[in-house]
Amino acid sequence: MTFILAGFWLLLSGHFVPLLLGLGAVSILIVVAIALRMDAFDHENQPLHLTLRFTPYWVWLAGEIVKSNIDVMRCIWGPVSAISPTRIHLTATQRSDVGKVIYANSITLAPGTVTMRLKGNQIEVHALTRAAAASLQDGEMDRRVRELER
Amino acid sequence: MAMIIDVLSWTCLLAGGFLGVSGGIGILRFPDFFTRLHAAGVTDTLCAALILVGLMMQAGLGLVMVKLVFIFLFLSLTSPTATHALARAALRGGLRPLFHREEDDPSKA
Repeated sequence: MTFILAGFWLLLSGHFVPLLLGLGAVSILIVVAIALRMDAFDHENQPLHLTLRFTPYWVWLAGEIVKSNIDVMRCIWGPVSAISPTRIHLTATQRSDVGKVIYANSITLAPGTVTMRLKGNQIEVHALTRAAAASLQDGEMDRRVRELER
Repeated sequence: MAMIIDVLSWTCLLAGGFLGVSGGIGILRFPDFFTRLHAAGVTDTLCAALILVGLMMQAGLGLVMVKLVFIFLFLSLTSPTATHALARAALRGGLRPLFHREEDDPSKA
């Protein structure tokens, strides 16, 4: 945690004069101290050790985001009757909390679908069109996120 | 080579700008709060990504590019959270989404 913050500070500042390095060290210590006091280190941290393994998923998700952007753009410029707002319920099959959050966030990240509620393993989704809702019900995204967990 | 990068970068910037304007138009055109969220999603995702990629190409390899990458990463982590928080707050506040047809509304089925 300390090392990540130190690297982050150096990358953002790009200066190596003692004053700025000192200020950086102090602020990092304060942040770490506050985080420890808040007991903020738990299983919900960003799993850095998994981030590399997730790369193929991010690439796939980026493609999906581009596709759904085009769909929403069509609705924006087309006639208003092209939209068919829908609400659906999905069952998340991920085992861990992080997996469910990644799934729910991925749904929201793709335009045209927004996660409205995540309770237990039930996800309530609002979709701009019935087609966008149907593509979620195919469960491909759910499956891909579940495979990340292994 | 610099020319090619310039052309690519300006294509990204202009496409991003167009998406941003479209997102705004969508927010004005769509009928209710929840559908407008989807239009705002265009601005959150592809528009921001294209503009940042365009700027990265202008910046070249270096610290500025690293900072732009950070902006991109944080934006892609926080924007879905913010959108979800908005939708959730609207639901809790008693706002009901419009539905295209009655049967799309599970609460009436």
